[in-house]
Amino acid sequence: MHKARKLEVMKRIGLKIAIMAIVASAAPVWAGDDENPGVRNCTWCHGTSAQGYMVAPRLAGQRAQYIESQLRSFHEHTRDNPFSKQYMWGAVAALGPREARDLAIYFASLVPKAANDGDRDLAARGRTIYLDGIPEANIVSCYACHGPNAEGVRDIPRLGGLAYFYLKGRLEQWGQGYHSGVESPMPLVARHLGPDEIEALASYLSFVK
Amino acid sequence: MVAARPNLRLILQATMLAVIFPAVGCADEMGTPARQGGLVAKLEYCKTCHGLSGQGYLGYFPMPRLAGQQPEYIEAQLRAFIERRRTNPIMFNVAHVLSPSMLTALATHFRGLNPKPFGGAPRGSIATGKKIYEEGLPEANVPACSACHGMEGKGHHEIPRLAGQLYAYTISQLTGWKKERGQGSAVDTSAIMAPTAHNLTRSQVEAVAAYVSQLQ
Ligand code: HEC
Ligand code: HEC
Ligand code: HEC
Repeated sequence: MHKARKLEVMKRIGLKIAIMAIVASAAPVWAGDDENPGVRNCTWCHGTSAQGYMVAPRLAGQRAQYIESQLRSFHEHTRDNPFSKQYMWGAVAALGPREARDLAIYFASLVPKAANDGDRDLAARGRTIYLDGIPEANIVSCYACHGPNAEGVRDIPRLGGLAYFYLKGRLEQWGQGYHSGVESPMPLVARHLGPDEIEALASYLSFVK
Repeated sequence: MVAARPNLRLILQATMLAVIFPAVGCADEMGTPARQGGLVAKLEYCKTCHGLSGQGYLGYFPMPRLAGQQPEYIEAQLRAFIERRRTNPIMFNVAHVLSPSMLTALATHFRGLNPKPFGGAPRGSIATGKKIYEEGLPEANVPACSACHGMEGKGHHEIPRLAGQLYAYTISQLTGWKKERGQGSAVDTSAIMAPTAHNLTRSQVEAVAAYVSQLQ
């Protein structure tokens, strides 16, 4: 990183920490420190500014409560799809609840960028399913839980702007019997989705800012 | 207030007739009662959002508890969604595909469920809420809720059960009554609650919502 650019980033992050110290009673001391080994352990796979990279999804802007719940699921091996097993079980093995919480708050505070990598032609249909569901086929409206702009709330994740292949994979995996947490409504939601619906939804969501 | 019951029954009967009669015209197109398989899948669909045992769920919107709810009330509300007398961004789409026989079968199913209340309401104002619920606020023209909803909040026919209802849902209904219910020109049962919802202050609504949320 260039020196000037880095300085600017540090300044921004300094400000972010100040804001976080006000918002969250316990701001992580190390949060935002680029060189911090805690954050680097994660961005190594999750990409620069945690915007997602290859099979590791974007964490930037994700709901803190959701990130925390997933870190717990990885830790307890409840989230059990192949990539989780392969990458995340190890990544969180030594992570305590306090560190997990601090990381969650930090990643949630980063501004997310949309992946924009779905099929544009399917986006309109995806939007209709997202908002209205397909009641005749017992497909529920995603909007009821994930919000009008797919922004999520509490431990319900932001979906807007996640990568097409990640979204598609997640929606397929519930149908294949993988889990992500206890008492999640998502296995029931996904049971009724066919391949066409999944592609349309994942396409639409990849463009949502 | 107990004497209000017979009067209310009359009002309800008159308004319900008006509501039910138009619906008779569009009798079940399939001509058969809902098939068992169809009913099971549809129930699962409802429970995706309303909680796996009908206890309610906090999504982006609070989704009400249906467990133990009066079947007559559920049916009346589904009709209100279909006829757009009650407006809601999600429920019109959900309800308008239901055949009348499916609607009845679904409503009947939820009555038999009895999960624990969803919980999560603040506890500080429960005593105030209980007082409003049982005695009303005579100075503010608020009748005792128990007069219609019953001492235990279990409801009766078209009067809904409030016991165990999500705190956030009860608040959203009582603070947004006029915006969501009684839309269009037809008079319906929602008019009965309108003045009560209007006369409660925000903190009174919160107190009574906290009280009913923990009734078993
Ligand atoms: C070796 C690579 C790797 C490392 C290191 C890693 N991750 Fe992951 N992470 C992944 C992959 C791959 C997934 C996707 C799992 C899936 O497909 O379900 C993932 C998923 C996640 C998820 C779920 C996101 C969602 O939207 O559901 C969270 C949260 C997460 N990682 C947080 C972290 C944190 C915090 C760290 C640092 C402590 C970290 N990860 C380190 C590869 C990694
Ligand atoms: C009743 C509430 C509810 C509804 C309706 C719902 N979801 Fe979810 N969704 C959740 C919850 C809670 C989670 C987090 C727990 C989990 O991952 O199982 C989640 C997680 C997800 C995830 C994982 C995101 C990630 O970062 O890994 C995707 C993708 C998703 N939902 C898509 C959808 C789609 C598409 C629909 C509509 C067809 C939908 N959801 C409807 C509650 C809901
Ligand atoms: C005169 C009878 C009567 C009284 C008194 C009354 N209610 Fe109601 N309430 C009704 C009826 C009838 C409905 C159904 C309205 C409809 O059909 O839209 C209702 C509906 C409600 C609902 C909506 C429930 C749901 O599941 O959507 C809430 C909440 C409610 N009442 C709370 C109260 C509270 C709190 C009080 C006391 C302050 C109260 N009611 C007093 C008759 C009454």
